[in-house]
Amino acid sequence: MGNVTAVMTRPTDSRSPAELRRSRVLAIVYLVLALLVLWAFGFGSEGSATFVISRPGDAIRVGDISVPGAGLAFVVAAVLAFLGARQWMAGFGSKTNLVLAIGLGLVALSFLAWAADGASFSLVGLLQEAIKRAVPITFGAVSGLLCERTGIINIGIEGMLLGGAFTGAIVGSTLGATAAMIAAALVGGLLALLLAVLTVKYRVDQIIAGVVINIFVLGLTSFYTSQFLVANPALNNAPIMRAFGIPLLADIPLIGPVLFDQNIFVYAMYLLVAITTFTLFRTRWGLRTRAVGEKPRAADTVGINVYRTKYRNVIIGGLVAGFGGAYFTIGSVGRFDENMTAGRGFIGLAAMIFGRWHPVGAVSAALVFGLADSLQVKLGILDTPIPSEFLAMAPYLVTIVVVAGLVGRSRPPSDYTAYVKE
Amino acid sequence: MKLELKGITKRFPGVVANDHVDLEIETGEILCLLGENGAGKSTLMNILYGLYSADEGDIVIDGKVQNFAGPGDAIAAGIGMVHQHFMLVPVFTVAENVVLGVEPMRSAGILDLDEARRDVEAISNQYNLAVDPNAVIEELPVGIQQRVEIIKVLFRDAEILVFDEPTAVLTPQEVDEFFKIVDKLKQDGKGIIFITHKLKEVLEIADRIAVLRRGAVVGTADPATATESGLAEMMVGRPVDLMVHKAPSHPGEAVLSVSDLTVMNIQGRKAVDGVSFEVRRNEIVGIAGVQGNGQTELVEALTGLREVAGGTVLIQGEDHTDSNPRQIHNAGVAHVPEDRQRSGLILGFTLTENFVLDSYHAVPFSEGIKMDWKASREEANRLIEEFDVRTPSSEIPASNLSGGNQQKVIVAREFGRQVDLVIASQPTRGVDVGSIEFIHERIVSERDAGSAVLIVSTELDEVMALSDRILVMFDGRIVAEKRPEETTNAELGLYMAGAS
Repeated sequence: MGNVTAVMTRPTDSRSPAELRRSRVLAIVYLVLALLVLWAFGFGSEGSATFVISRPGDAIRVGDISVPGAGLAFVVAAVLAFLGARQWMAGFGSKTNLVLAIGLGLVALSFLAWAADGASFSLVGLLQEAIKRAVPITFGAVSGLLCERTGIINIGIEGMLLGGAFTGAIVGSTLGATAAMIAAALVGGLLALLLAVLTVKYRVDQIIAGVVINIFVLGLTSFYTSQFLVANPALNNAPIMRAFGIPLLADIPLIGPVLFDQNIFVYAMYLLVAITTFTLFRTRWGLRTRAVGEKPRAADTVGINVYRTKYRNVIIGGLVAGFGGAYFTIGSVGRFDENMTAGRGFIGLAAMIFGRWHPVGAVSAALVFGLADSLQVKLGILDTPIPSEFLAMAPYLVTIVVVAGLVGRSRPPSDYTAYVKE
Repeated sequence: MKLELKGITKRFPGVVANDHVDLEIETGEILCLLGENGAGKSTLMNILYGLYSADEGDIVIDGKVQNFAGPGDAIAAGIGMVHQHFMLVPVFTVAENVVLGVEPMRSAGILDLDEARRDVEAISNQYNLAVDPNAVIEELPVGIQQRVEIIKVLFRDAEILVFDEPTAVLTPQEVDEFFKIVDKLKQDGKGIIFITHKLKEVLEIADRIAVLRRGAVVGTADPATATESGLAEMMVGRPVDLMVHKAPSHPGEAVLSVSDLTVMNIQGRKAVDGVSFEVRRNEIVGIAGVQGNGQTELVEALTGLREVAGGTVLIQGEDHTDSNPRQIHNAGVAHVPEDRQRSGLILGFTLTENFVLDSYHAVPFSEGIKMDWKASREEANRLIEEFDVRTPSSEIPASNLSGGNQQKVIVAREFGRQVDLVIASQPTRGVDVGSIEFIHERIVSERDAGSAVLIVSTELDEVMALSDRILVMFDGRIVAEKRPEETTNAELGLYMAGAS
């Protein structure tokens, strides 16, 4: 009898204390969000928001959707409260981050309905912009994970993106877009080679080596911008890659224009994620890369060249970041401005961690950041009571919240100490 | 296949690690390479495996001189190595680890993990090495991990297998199992080089014995006629007493009383579960058990390094349940921690700094905010002398000493003052025979001087030899209490494995 009561009063919970603590924190976050949605959006909305999900020129037109802000807020609050309760009681196991992303997405939707209360708002435009803005973050994140999977922390992504952006502008202005993309990638690769030489050969602290690259690139590009580009505007007038639709796919309502009517950088991002996922986990190169990152000495003793693997991967990571950097100029505005990456490389690192060093996770996280980024742009147009400075903070705020509080402790896949061959 | 090492010489700055070593081995035999830590066994094998290059000498296989630029070349020549610290990627599966470096492929660069799994299964069936190819390494016990290492070597078609201290991490039962595997490998025509410093094992398994001392082969022996003491003498270079000599104990009053002690591990689960025992003056109590059954957490709780979740700890009648390490130190407790490099020493500090690590804050080693280095050095030199620490000076970093001498530094620091209770965890792990003898003598003399002594060791022989009373820990509890003269290794082995 005593046994039975013991079992009943203490239900078996397979979660460790750390997981349990995180579950509790997350559950409280859900509940707070539920209350916020209820109070601010539920009672703050009077009319309906009209979401536009087709563009005038689309082949298949879908009518606009009109959403009552208050009703949506009540539903979202209820779902959040349910998620919070479930998180507290049982947790979501390996799907915790996915559920979290869905929860935050709902909050964002409810927020939108409130912000666009009584007006019309283009959902297509918002999501299209979110995807675009996720591009440099994804390239940064994938560059970071290519390096970290092989045991090198790449803090220099920001610098590589910036170097790629600068090169893209100049080469694009003189030799054209294709040459610009190649040159931008090569500049990223060169910076990565510097990182590899410093960290692998000379065993410089990886963080310091990365910071050196960031400062070096920032200083150099800012100097040349003020000294030469200002005086020669022709050098800073690159072509912009135009969006082109993929036949058939681009005609699907909502999904088509958002995913398949974009420029070449977005398609390159899809390819990058698919290729890195496949190669990391299905090929010999991937297995060896991960072995070198996890336990270099084990790789060494089976005849794998640890140094060469590290060099190769870091350089590939640099090529990826450099190419991604070109997005800022030839993929977006066509001209270079001082420090125009504005911390996107660091947000890329955050996306890599949020995505647990997996390309698919990284792109998902980048989309969250891209959405936050896109929201602040689009909401600036709507007349919301929130000051624009606060809106501009959104992507960074999301980064802090996600990395500091909600991700939980992620275990990096690497042994980051410099490998010394015996 | 016949492998010969001819005149291998390797110098590191300040030492000759291998001095014109000649060895030969053929397939179908077991050669034991015996030597103390630092005798040059591992250096020699790393040369054979292509990790180091020799300064002089040749590696000859079937009459042909080899030139190994890296492990890849050695593997290709038919040499396989099972390292002391396993070379497995913890998050990979068994199959992934086995094929790493020689991966089967579907087509250009694309892995064929199904083929890898089949290969692992084929080898594990052939050699009775039961293991699940889909298991993740970090979730497997060390005994199984070792099997994976063996499969890995066999998968590369090794003819000569080198085992570097293979039994150091195994339980007595796992050692028996391991010897069966080695014997099977020999029957199947593999050549085995078995590196160890454990004399008993050498006599049990070797076909031939070569003894290495200070980098040179000092002799060979035939296991049929060799004796443990004869081999020990060859290894150390002087007669060694392998027995622990101690008079019967006459325990006095209790110095350490533990009642109903409960301690959590890092994951927050119960590691020590309601343990009660006493250690009395003039008595050595040994705790036996397989690694990871709560011994580490028990010792950490007793020495103030880990929070106590329940129960009480009394030292000389005073409550020290929640005391911090310095309070416990001041209560007259000496602590030899289980991992000398992680928690016993600060490796980058000099010997002098390490010697005063527990007492730097008081006279005579400091006054106010100023350290008295002269007094510290005098103390260091006194301890180096008294405890026979082999070092050129008291001012070199602790990392420069051999394992045995590092351990002596800790023992000297802890035993060098008047104490009432000694808590020593794995006091001779990875320590050479000469130092083991010395450390055992000092532990017994602490007891005879009136201290209560608690020894925690996973080496059953050590617990049997030193203890006046033996407690066996399993799954956080004390499952047996025996006197050494009334029990056997086999009986304790059963308790250690959880039988009751």
